Amino acid sequence: MKHENNINISVTLWTLASKEVRRFMRIWVQTLVPPAVTMSLYFVIFGSLIGPNIKPEVTDGFAYVQYMIPGLIMMSVITNSYANVVSSFYSVKFQKSIEELLISPMPNWTILLGFIIGGVCRGVLVGIIVFCVSLFFYPDFEIANPLLTVIVLFLTSILFSLMGFINAVYADSFDDISVIPTFVLTPLIYLGGVFYSINMLPDFWRSVSQVNPMLYVVNTFREGMLGTSDVSITFSLSMIILFIISFSVLSLYLLKRGTGIRE
Amino acid sequence: MTFALEIKDLKKVYAGGTEALKGISLNVKEGDFYALLGPNGAGKSSTIGIIGTLVTKTSGSVKIFDADIDNNVAIAKSMLGVVSQEINFSQFEKVLHIVTTQAGFYGIKKSIAEPKVEEMLKRLGLWDKRNDQARTLSGGYKRRLMIAKALIHDPKLLILDEPTAGVDIELRREMWSFLKEINENGTTIILTTHYLEEAEQLCRNIGIIDHGEIVADTSMKDLLSRLDVQGFVMDLDKPLDKEPTVEGFELKLEDSSTLVAAVNKDKSINSLFDELNKLGIKVKSMRNESNRLEELFIEMIKKK
Ligand SMILES: Nc1ncnc2c1ncn2[C@@H]1O[C@H](COP(=O)(O)OP(=O)(O)OP(=O)(O)O)[C@@H](O)[C@H]1O
Ligand SMILES: [Mg+2]
Repeated sequence: MKHENNINISVTLWTLASKEVRRFMRIWVQTLVPPAVTMSLYFVIFGSLIGPNIKPEVTDGFAYVQYMIPGLIMMSVITNSYANVVSSFYSVKFQKSIEELLISPMPNWTILLGFIIGGVCRGVLVGIIVFCVSLFFYPDFEIANPLLTVIVLFLTSILFSLMGFINAVYADSFDDISVIPTFVLTPLIYLGGVFYSINMLPDFWRSVSQVNPMLYVVNTFREGMLGTSDVSITFSLSMIILFIISFSVLSLYLLKRGTGIRE
Repeated sequence: MTFALEIKDLKKVYAGGTEALKGISLNVKEGDFYALLGPNGAGKSSTIGIIGTLVTKTSGSVKIFDADIDNNVAIAKSMLGVVSQEINFSQFEKVLHIVTTQAGFYGIKKSIAEPKVEEMLKRLGLWDKRNDQARTLSGGYKRRLMIAKALIHDPKLLILDEPTAGVDIELRREMWSFLKEINENGTTIILTTHYLEEAEQLCRNIGIIDHGEIVADTSMKDLLSRLDVQGFVMDLDKPLDKEPTVEGFELKLEDSSTLVAAVNKDKSINSLFDELNKLGIKVKSMRNESNRLEELFIEMIKKK
């Protein structure tokens, strides 16, 4: 148990993290059900109806539904981790209940970590839900590399929780918290190899795709689940970790400066 | 002597350029009950915001029981409780949960927090409403919830920013006796208010702030002793054409049947009545001319 100036840090962290988890569990109809419904539709339409007619080079030789599973799981993990932190932290700011945290002796890193844990729990839980849904459509799924799968799952939701946090720090209105998910995240995810292998693209578009960070996240995860990837795993993992470190440092700096939270 | 609060040369310039605090210094002794008074926009909330680190300061220093909010912030904060002017809890959570969570943010374990929260909610009359969503509470109960939250970690210094604004008379009296009690038990209290009567009732020392500057910092007794003239308003049973003259009293007719008397503190008003009687003037009723403190207050602020 860590103590900082006689304050029981683990209690403060536990309080915030469990508050965050309770928040999305309480509104489960808005947080946990939609990804299950949307992803079922993807599996029905693309997996079962259109999938059998898709050429195998699009999917590195895998059945289309099987190929989609890691992509759709990643898509849900990314959007849910991000959405959880951006909306929770923004509403805490908006309702001024952030003062409850700022007035307390909690160090900034605990505040950040508490929100990130909330985002990771939702991201991972939704990922598991979508995986369970996918088993209805492809019951024989076997995870190629469980350790890599779990590592990427956690790293991805940490990364996007951090990005949600930074978005919320800068947000001044409810519009500000939906602009990035709608106009940046979603397009990048859709073009990031969730639905196809970039090997099927013409050279030009393949090069363009390679600057899309989502491609690395999705493909690393696919390597874990299926054992196939369009990108180098070591490179992707190091980039993900590098970004996690950079965004953590940035978040702590913003908290220390009080950007968006202290006048 | 130990100070509960030491503020030195505190300045605050907001992003838009508003100079809210122009370098104020203020000391509040341990155990004191201190009133910070000032008109709207004087800088009271800005000062409190800086003490609680909810607002960043431009320059200057703040110490809470010797713990500097720059170098020793965790210690400083653990000794401080703040009731903000504006509601700052999540409207959709339950009362019990809000207070228990606040205890958790102070590092108080659930097993220790639970009985404390129960006691606090009972003391503030909130126990029956513990499972209500905060947004369904009436204004007065929301205030109480703010107080419960601020006291849950037994702070040595409690600061309340207009705790009784918009609170009915009965609840205000209840709050007064509650605050008096915790002050008697050793908690130093600072409150801001626009009701001078409140400051007079509760506080031993008083600071007056205006346009970001301290214009007075004195004991309540001292301040009251500056009020050496009291005004009385008398309703007469018959109208007069001209005010009577009575030796030693300054009399003025407000209208033909309302007489205003300025009475020096060392004079008894009995003699005034005797003289009026002799002149055949009958007084039907009498009241104090508005709040004397209020006038002094307005005068002090105008002086600058
Ligand atoms: N967030 C802010 N941004 C810019 N200016 C601000 C901000 N908060 C307060 N001010 C300005 O700072 C000055 C002091 O405001 P403050 O809220 O401290 O006054 P106050 O004494 O608490 O007033 P009141 O009695 O109305 O609560 C005012 O001119 C106000 O407009
Ligand atoms: Mg104020």
